Amino acid sequence: MDSNILLEELQSIFRDILDQPDLVLTRGSNANNVEDWDSLAHINLVTAIEKRYKIKFALGELQELKDVGDMIDLIQVKLAAK
Amino acid sequence: MIYMNLDHLAIDEILLKRRSLRRQLSAEEGLQPVRIAVLGGSTTNEIVDLLELFLLASGFQPAFHQSEYGRFYEDAVLDPSDLIAFAPDIVYIHTSFLNVQSVPPVHCSEADFQGYVEAELGRYKQIWQSVEEHVPAQIIQNNFELPPFAFLGNLDAVSSGGASRFFLALNAEFARAAATDPRLTLQDVHRLSAQIGLAQWFDWDRYFGYKILTTSEGSVLLARSLASIVRAIYGKSRKVLVLDLDNTLWGGVIGDDGVDNIQIGRETPVAEAYTAFQEYCLSLRNRGVLLAVCSKNNEDVAKQGFEHPDSVLKLEHISCFKANWEPKHENILAIAKELNLGVDSFVFVDDNPAERSIVESQIGGIAVPDVGNEVTRYAAIIEAGRYFEPVSMSEEDLARAALYQNNAARASSEAKFANYGEYLDSLEMSAEIERFKPLYLERIAQLTNKSNQFNLTTRRYTLAEMEAISRDAQYIGLYGKLSDRFGDNGLISIVLGRREGDLLHIDLWLMSCRVLKRDMELAMLDVLVSEAREIGIRTLQGQYLPTKKNGMVEDHYEKLGFDLVSLDPESKISVWTLDVSGYIPRTQHIKILEPVHG
Repeated sequence: MDSNILLEELQSIFRDILDQPDLVLTRGSNANNVEDWDSLAHINLVTAIEKRYKIKFALGELQELKDVGDMIDLIQVKLAAK
Repeated sequence: MIYMNLDHLAIDEILLKRRSLRRQLSAEEGLQPVRIAVLGGSTTNEIVDLLELFLLASGFQPAFHQSEYGRFYEDAVLDPSDLIAFAPDIVYIHTSFLNVQSVPPVHCSEADFQGYVEAELGRYKQIWQSVEEHVPAQIIQNNFELPPFAFLGNLDAVSSGGASRFFLALNAEFARAAATDPRLTLQDVHRLSAQIGLAQWFDWDRYFGYKILTTSEGSVLLARSLASIVRAIYGKSRKVLVLDLDNTLWGGVIGDDGVDNIQIGRETPVAEAYTAFQEYCLSLRNRGVLLAVCSKNNEDVAKQGFEHPDSVLKLEHISCFKANWEPKHENILAIAKELNLGVDSFVFVDDNPAERSIVESQIGGIAVPDVGNEVTRYAAIIEAGRYFEPVSMSEEDLARAALYQNNAARASSEAKFANYGEYLDSLEMSAEIERFKPLYLERIAQLTNKSNQFNLTTRRYTLAEMEAISRDAQYIGLYGKLSDRFGDNGLISIVLGRREGDLLHIDLWLMSCRVLKRDMELAMLDVLVSEAREIGIRTLQGQYLPTKKNGMVEDHYEKLGFDLVSLDPESKISVWTLDVSGYIPRTQHIKILEPVHG
């Protein structure tokens, strides 16, 4: 899947989960520069992404992600492997 | 109040939109505050987050305190200071198989097995006892799901060293404890987990990643079930099931097909399915849920359906019957009026989506589950809504259905008398009005939490608070029970006076609406005055605090002959006094029974 489309779809999920309808997500977005991206929100985001793309992140994979860009790359790898 | 029905949202939708849902629901006015402490054995943030949502949707404004991670025992028993400072109304102890310390080893002998059960039970008893001693709160304790792995295979449920057998035994002990302690309410996680299956319940990625043991679906189930328990504790469980007839209680359209051709009985699979649904409704009725009928039919034709020899439901099971061609929402409002219950205690079941939609849009607060039109699914869908959760089964609950039927009989006999007093005399009423007794404290606390209409101050009390009050000499707490020739109405009125010098503040005056217009308030006043005089009270002072629901008692004190002291033009709060020196007892139509001592 094209990474720009993926970014747009993730933006929509982030907007819902964080209840920020105007949130603009970039590859550089991370828990430090996005408001209210706390640990519980993080769990919710991961769960929503897993459900949306019918993928499962392995334990440990998530710890290595620095930002949304890394997340997009990982999702692409998972989708390609399906 | 806008009721947002979370039941209509898919779980994924709730999970995705929970923050905006919470924002919208929090904006509602008139939410009832409730303080909930969660003592957890794993990370409880997700459950709390979801519980908050479901409670907001039920009209509560919850505030939460969570124990430090895994410190449910320490925070309850060793250092309860945070718990005490938080002053919870409810303490939820959320633990799983992982928090159990004394699981028997695989070589455990039959003789030692019970010792392991007792040891673990003892630890929990310490927790419950400590909470009960330190805070006047209701405790909700979950029992255990089966452990995820059965190391002994099928023998795990058999052997004294089997974890499955151990947890089932522990659950049985928890049930025994909850059955005998009115302040301990059990959450049946064993059943919840079975409902979606252990494979969908445990999530090891989430456990090792975030220390959340359950899947998000599991957390939603837990939170929904908790919300229904909280509703039950505060008397907000629903009480009435309103049923459509054609293709809801039987197959076919009785007006077109005729009573002989409707599908009910054992002859065909479809008929059997409708019979099973009728049996489900009857079971609800037998545990105190009232059944009402709301159908577009001619009344005489509709009633024939219940005379069908195979109909499980008979007319006598239906507390209110409306079959006509008026819009259903109007009929439901009429049913509410006749039964003297709020529509927010109603659940409406109809196979027709158009009827469901109009009823839901026209009547705020009614629950209209999307039951579809397959009779085989109705019961499970109603069940999933957890509308009728009882917190305990009192004899009151079991007798209630019969009571409301008696009320209907009273209403029909009312017409034949020359005047109202004559009618009241014909009821042959007798009242037991006495100081609070331990036996009744549970019912008394329950009534303070569920009476909204005939309630002057709408103050809510927990069982623990009522226990304290009943021991405090500064209070005169009176309960009233009323019987008549149709039956025992049970404990239906409470008046609570607080002494300040020679003045008695009436903090609480409430009555169940099923005994409206029976002069019971006069009887209560007579006894209150006599008790007050005995301790040297000169003046009774009552207060009316208006709410959306208690308009019917606006002139309560005026009718009883109190003098208006003040009326706040903004809040409409009024204060009234009565000089008791010249008071003459007024009860004419109720015989007040002499207190039985010893």
